[in-house]
Amino acid sequence: MKHETLATILFLVFVAGTLAITFWASRNTKTATDYYAGGRSFSGVQNGLAIGGDYMSAASFLGIAGIIALSGYDGFLYSIGFLVAWLVALLLVAELMRNSGKFTMADVLAFRMSPRPVRTAAGVSTIVVSIFYLLAQMVGAGALVGLLLGITSQSGKVWTIIAVGLLMVIYVVIGGMKGTTWVQIVKAVMLMTGAALVTLLVLGKFGFNLSSLLGDAATQSGKGDAFLNAGLKYGTEAQGVWGKIDLISLGLALVLGTAGLPHILIRFYTVPTARDARKSVLWGIGIIGVFYLLTLVLGFGAAAVVGSEKIAAANAAGNTAAPQLAEAIGADIFGEVGGTILLAVIAAVAFATILAVVAGLTLASSSSFAHDLYAHVFKRGQVTDKEEVRVARIAAFVIGAIAIALAIPAQSLNVAFLVALAFAVAASGNLPAILYSLFWKRFNTAGAVSAIYGGLISALVLVILSPAVSGAKTAMFPDVDFHLIELSNPGIFSIPIGFLCGYLGTIFSKEYNAAKYAEIEVRSLTGVGMEKASEH
Amino acid sequence: MTVQHDSSVYEEMQASEQFQELRRRYRSWAFPMTVAFLAWYLLYVVLSGFARGFMGTKLLGEINVALVFGVLQFVSTFLIAWAYSRHAAGKLDPLADELRAQVEEKTQ
Repeated sequence: MKHETLATILFLVFVAGTLAITFWASRNTKTATDYYAGGRSFSGVQNGLAIGGDYMSAASFLGIAGIIALSGYDGFLYSIGFLVAWLVALLLVAELMRNSGKFTMADVLAFRMSPRPVRTAAGVSTIVVSIFYLLAQMVGAGALVGLLLGITSQSGKVWTIIAVGLLMVIYVVIGGMKGTTWVQIVKAVMLMTGAALVTLLVLGKFGFNLSSLLGDAATQSGKGDAFLNAGLKYGTEAQGVWGKIDLISLGLALVLGTAGLPHILIRFYTVPTARDARKSVLWGIGIIGVFYLLTLVLGFGAAAVVGSEKIAAANAAGNTAAPQLAEAIGADIFGEVGGTILLAVIAAVAFATILAVVAGLTLASSSSFAHDLYAHVFKRGQVTDKEEVRVARIAAFVIGAIAIALAIPAQSLNVAFLVALAFAVAASGNLPAILYSLFWKRFNTAGAVSAIYGGLISALVLVILSPAVSGAKTAMFPDVDFHLIELSNPGIFSIPIGFLCGYLGTIFSKEYNAAKYAEIEVRSLTGVGMEKASEH
Repeated sequence: MTVQHDSSVYEEMQASEQFQELRRRYRSWAFPMTVAFLAWYLLYVVLSGFARGFMGTKLLGEINVALVFGVLQFVSTFLIAWAYSRHAAGKLDPLADELRAQVEEKTQ
C-alpha cells in the first residue's frame, strides 16, 4: 500500500470519529452557553488538552520543525516565545476573565464601558485576527496536501481547501463549542502521541545522546556550528541591526500576543470555575512545553537523518521535514513498510492539526460576530438566546465561505507572515484593552476603543509598508516595491502604540465609572456572580 | 442569576480591608513576576540577536549556551506556573472564597 492511501484512510477515520463526536455533542447543544462555551462543563484537564489542540497549529508543528531542519536554532527561538506567552495568560488573564466575562473577549471590556463602541471594536479585531490566522492555515493545508497525498494538480489543491473549509464549518455549526473542544482534545492526543513516537525513535537512533544528534544535524545541514546558534533565518548578520531589531519585534509579538488571541481567550469560558481555568492553563503549559521540546528533536533529527538539502528540495520552507523524518526513521528501524506507515500516521496527524485549529478560529470569529456585533450592537441586546445561536451558526458558515474564497487565490502568495501578524494585532490591540480593563481603575470607553483600533491599525499599516508585503524576494508581492520600513514584524512599534493609545484615549475622556470598576474588580478576584455551568 | 447588581455592596467590599489584602496578595505576586519573566525572556531574545559569540560557546560536546539558555526558558516557565498555582491555592483561594460568601450573603 502506498503511504498516500494509508494516510487518506487514517485521516478519514479521524474525520468520521470527530464528526460522530460532533453530532453527539450537538444533542446537548441547546442554549447559547452550550453553543459558545460548551455548557462550561469541561474539566480543567480536558480544557488543558483543548488549549494545546487549539494552539499547536500546523504552523507550529510542521512550521517550527521545518525551520529547525533548515535553519537550525532559529526555529527553537520561535517556540520559546510561543510557550513563555502562556505565563501572561496564566498570571494576568485566564482566571480574571473567566470570573468577569461570559462568551467573548468583549464581555470583559463591555462590563464597565459603553457597550456598543467597545463591542464593535472588539468584534472587528476578533474577526480580523481570526481571519488572518485562518487564511494562513487554509493556504498551508492546500500546500501540505499537495505534498503528502501526492496531489499536485491545481484543482486538487483547490478541492482540498474547500474540503477543509466545509469540514471546519460542519464541526462548528453542528457541534458548537462542545463539538469543537472534543475535536481539539482528540487532535492534541494524536499530535502528542505521534510527535513523541518519532522523537523516541530519533533519540534511540542516536543512543539518547543529544550532543551526537546535534553534531550530526550541524554536519548534515552543511552549515556547521552556525546551525546550532541563532541567526540563520531571523536577524541574520547580512540584514544588520534592523534584522536583529526585527527578531526582537517578533519575540515581543509572540510573547504578548497569545493572551490576546480570541480563539484562546474563549477557551477560558468552557470550564465551570476560575480555578478550573487556572488548572487548564497549567495543563496547557505542560502539554505545549513538552510538545515544543519534541519539535526541537524532530527538527534537528530531520536535519541529521534526512539532511537539509533533501528537505529543502521537497518544500522550500521545510514544511515537510517532520513527515520526511517519520518516513526515514521508520524505514531505518522497521524497514520500508514501517517508513510508509509512520509517514502516513504523521501526515494524518498534520491534517487533524489543521482541521482542529481552523475550527477553533471559525468558532471564535462567528461567536464574536453573533454575540458582540449582532446581538449587542445591531440589536442592542434585544435578542433571544435561540436567535443569537442561529446567527452564530450562519456567521460560521459565512466566515467559512470567506476563508475558502480568500485562500484559493492566496495559494501562490507567501502568507507565512499572517500568523505573526495575527499575534502582533492581538498583542497591540487586544492585550492592552484587556489588561487596562482588568487592572486600571480610570480606564474607559474612549481608552478601550483607542487601544484596539490604535493597535490594530498601526500593526496593519506597519506590515503593509514592510518588506513582508513588498520590495523583497520573499514578499507577498515581490514584483512591486512600496516598502518604507525595514521591519517585517510590527510588534516593537505597534505594541507600545496600542498601550499608548489606550492611555491617551482614557485621560482625554472624562468618563469614569467607580461603581462599575468596584464591581468588576470584586467579581474578577472573588468570582462573585460568575457565569455558572449549564445543567444537563 | 441570583446576584443583583447592587453596586454599593461591591464598593463596600472593594473598600474593605480584607479585599484590599486579597488584591495586594494577588498583585504583589503576579505583577513583579510578570516583569521578571518578561525581562528574562527579553534578555534571551536580545542575546540571541546581539551576542551570538557568547551564545555559541560550547559547554558539553555539541551543547552550547544558546541551547541551555533556551531550555532554561522552558524550565523557568514550568517553575513559575507551578509556583503560581501554589501561591494561588494557598494565599488567594481561601480568602477569595470567604469574600465571595460575604458578598453573596448581602446581595441575595
